[in-house]
Amino acid sequence: MSELEPEERARFEQLVLPHVDAAFNLARWLLRGRTDAEDVAQEALLRACRFFRGFHGGDARAWLLQIVRNTCYTWLEKNRPMELSMEFDEEIHLQASLTPETLAISGDDRERLILALETLPPRFREVLVLRELEGCSYKEIAAITSLPIGTVMSSLSRARRQLHSALANPTQKGAVREV
Amino acid sequence: MKCDFADSLLQGYFDGELSDRRAAEFERHLGHCDHCATELVDLDWLSGMLQLTQIYEPAPASLRRTINAHVRPIAPALAASQPLLWQWLTAAAALLFIAFVLWRVSPELRSDDYRAELADEIVDAHLRSLQPGHMTEIASNDERVVQGWFDAKLKFSPPVRDFARAGFALNGGRQDVVEGRLVAVLVYEHNGRPINVFIWATREPDTSPHTGSRQGFQWVDWRKDKMEFCAMADAATADLEQLNRLISE
Repeated sequence: MSELEPEERARFEQLVLPHVDAAFNLARWLLRGRTDAEDVAQEALLRACRFFRGFHGGDARAWLLQIVRNTCYTWLEKNRPMELSMEFDEEIHLQASLTPETLAISGDDRERLILALETLPPRFREVLVLRELEGCSYKEIAAITSLPIGTVMSSLSRARRQLHSALANPTQKGAVREV
Repeated sequence: MKCDFADSLLQGYFDGELSDRRAAEFERHLGHCDHCATELVDLDWLSGMLQLTQIYEPAPASLRRTINAHVRPIAPALAASQPLLWQWLTAAAALLFIAFVLWRVSPELRSDDYRAELADEIVDAHLRSLQPGHMTEIASNDERVVQGWFDAKLKFSPPVRDFARAGFALNGGRQDVVEGRLVAVLVYEHNGRPINVFIWATREPDTSPHTGSRQGFQWVDWRKDKMEFCAMADAATADLEQLNRLISE
């Protein structure tokens, strides 16, 4: 495999390595676990290293996260294909498992939030993570996910609505239960 | 009551995606629309919850170490004085990681019809050798020195020859263990990459070369003069076949 020349190595260290946290965080939320995330983020970073010659400037974070995302999806297709089909029946899935009742079992906010986020379909989860945790712009999210900006916006909106209703305070509980 | 602005502008406004003019327009609207005001509070609440609970997960130190080691495999001072070794170790580390990832990610790659156990053992030995400092016990391109080193240790005599002029430079040798027996390993370098040639004594008749690949590595295996050879590397099969011809000559 090709290796980085000293000059490219310096560029790689300067442009790509600052985003190792972002790479891991995205993998962690897409794969819903730290162990798998570390393996897959590592694979993605090694790929980035190999492909770096083909990176001719621009947004290095978006470039890296695109590789991370693709690597995660490939991994999911191979190891947990069921998860990717979630997006087709997201509404049913949501009603079945993501309600304030199920979330109330794990008392504290952090756990509830993690569970709620992990229960979202991957396509919703990724836009939310990229926007809220990574602070990416719509344009960046579109570049990373290869989705049109309109789809990014509508996914983000639906993701937020689902997450909000899952986490909403107990006064809204009755309404959700009747759905 | 649902508001027309809610879908088109609210979220863009919240995420700071609107132009100044559009943002000002939405703020004027916000002054007299309870629906949008409530939705904005909800968005803010959710966003605050995601930030405040600190669910962002930074990379573990082990991942950073691995990547740093990959990008900058040894100390710069050493790298400057020994560029070849540096390249070699980088390649070695890279191979190790790629092979590890392949191994982790796709167990199905491990199935192969050629003497599965032996091939696994040789891949393992090859991987072990790629760790820094594990490639050679005797580092020399002098055929006699390496031959002498082996002769003092082994009951058979592997043919030690340097093919630097053909592009396969002898880098040295080591002893290794494959299927519980000691084997000789000749280490060559071709296009900056290491090739391990595992050699052990056998009673089986000579064979022509078999080729195959395993966990991303290529190998060529043959028997000649009561010795079995297996050359393994992350290199083109044609390169290994060329080495097979050079050794068999």
